[in-house]
Amino acid sequence: MTIAEPVFRRRLFLRRSTALGFSILCVAATLLAVVVLGILLVQVASKGLDRVSWDFINSFPSRKPEDAGIKAALWGTLWIMGITAIFAVPVGLGAAIYLEEYAPRNWLTRVIQVNISNLAGVPSVVYGLLGLAVFVRAMQLERSVLAGALTMALLVLPIIIIAAQEALRAVPNSIREAAYAVGASRSQMVFHQIVPAALPGVLTGVILALSRAIGETAPLITIGALLFVPFTPHGPLDKFTVLPIQIFNWTSRPQEAFQQNAAAGIIVLLAVLLTMNSIAIFLRNRFQANARG
Amino acid sequence: MIDEQLQNAERLVPVPSVGRPEPRAEVSAPQKAAGIASEHAEAVLEARGLNVFYGHFQALRNVSIEVPGRDITAIIGPSGCGKSTFIRCFNRMNDTIAGFRAEGEVLFQNQSIYERRIDVVEVRRRIGMVFQKPNPFPKSIYENVAFGPRINGYEGRLDEIVERALHRAALWDEVKDKIRQNAFALSGGQQQRLCIARALAIEPEVILMDEPCSALDPVATLKIEDLMRELARDYTIVIVTHNMQQAARVSDWTAVMMMSEDRAGECIEFGATNEIFTNPKDKRTEDYITGRFG
Repeated sequence: MTIAEPVFRRRLFLRRSTALGFSILCVAATLLAVVVLGILLVQVASKGLDRVSWDFINSFPSRKPEDAGIKAALWGTLWIMGITAIFAVPVGLGAAIYLEEYAPRNWLTRVIQVNISNLAGVPSVVYGLLGLAVFVRAMQLERSVLAGALTMALLVLPIIIIAAQEALRAVPNSIREAAYAVGASRSQMVFHQIVPAALPGVLTGVILALSRAIGETAPLITIGALLFVPFTPHGPLDKFTVLPIQIFNWTSRPQEAFQQNAAAGIIVLLAVLLTMNSIAIFLRNRFQANARG
Repeated sequence: MIDEQLQNAERLVPVPSVGRPEPRAEVSAPQKAAGIASEHAEAVLEARGLNVFYGHFQALRNVSIEVPGRDITAIIGPSGCGKSTFIRCFNRMNDTIAGFRAEGEVLFQNQSIYERRIDVVEVRRRIGMVFQKPNPFPKSIYENVAFGPRINGYEGRLDEIVERALHRAALWDEVKDKIRQNAFALSGGQQQRLCIARALAIEPEVILMDEPCSALDPVATLKIEDLMRELARDYTIVIVTHNMQQAARVSDWTAVMMMSEDRAGECIEFGATNEIFTNPKDKRTEDYITGRFG
């Protein structure tokens, strides 16, 4: 049985065209995303770049747009992120280690696992309501940095757990067997070999989770972060605001000058985000270099 | 300078004379088989009527062998006949597999290792293991070897323990200048010898090797085989291999395993290696070693 030459030729042409068409579609899809992002960045930059200066970063908000700055919001963001990490990272990593290395594979573990995956998809406002009820009201933390950070910690916890679990799962089983074979107990196996080997992945997950938290506005508005804060927090029980709220506040003003401030604030926020992501990549590469030689 | 180092090294390491060890006297194995006492013929490891299950699936049925001390015992057989499952029973490595269950007895120095009061860490401290694929930790060469002694609370200078283990694994000369480098920088054969050094560092009495050469090229394989002959002077070695020539080359004793109708592995013949290869008693053994199947 053979294929008739003309039929084959015709089909070949068709196949080539289909392949070409598909790759054009793919390129178009990629370009769409990149171009939209590019336009956004150019617009923000053209509007706000003039406003970004040391004074802008180092001034408190003001009714006069040319005097207004983001000092309070920037410090608030740093405080929130720091305390969020202090709570979320140990708990998240601990939960991941338990689920991957200790938990028996039974229905209870599966239920927990499914729940964590679902929690990662819960809208952030819901976390805000939870934070309002538990931290602000029940624990009487008021509208403090601590209340905000704990709410944020709950928000990023599932993300950190899932990322850390994936990193732990990526460590080959042969390493576990190797540790057992030289007489390691389970905890020695986990803490001397598995966690160090998974650390780059864990770190990346942590920083990406925090990058998500840094842009979250809704839960902090829900628990009552302030819109106008003429001071920086001095401790975890002080009131605060954060960058996205400050930006949101400015964009809702009618004056053009505040719109510029908002754009400048976005630039600072993006810069902070980029720095964090670069640190994530740097740490990952460094640890991987150590791991591979 | 280097000579000095070598001398020091030799002082630390009493044992190996480098090079291929003399082939063992051909008569020794049959002598032992015939019950003639030899200084180290007593069984160190023993499986008695061992049945292994993974859930409802029976992986091993009624396997009984006695592994003599300071000899090399090979376990051969076609793929899927349970060789690896069997060797992993000797240091309870299967414990980590969900649904694993062992019936019957596994004795180490006449002590059942599956008893409740036996600590699995203790078992693995005394019965080391080398795996099919080289699996160094993603750390330095030094850390790979030092990990076992450190967690097991060995006394003495760790540097010396590491150096001695690397010497015994015939790896020292190749790595002495880069001992702090990552283990993944080594070739596959060197990595496998590093894994052997890692197993030796905790001073076990038995070394289990699960197809240690299957991922290596012929030259590296030969090195490992030489090393095994060298180590068999002080250690009891059990090796799983799918390579019959390897079993014939290195081992004193051979166990032949086969899969039964219901896919459970059985030991169909066990005896001195040259007996098994020259005068097999079981027809299936003969068919297998002459290459008629498997």
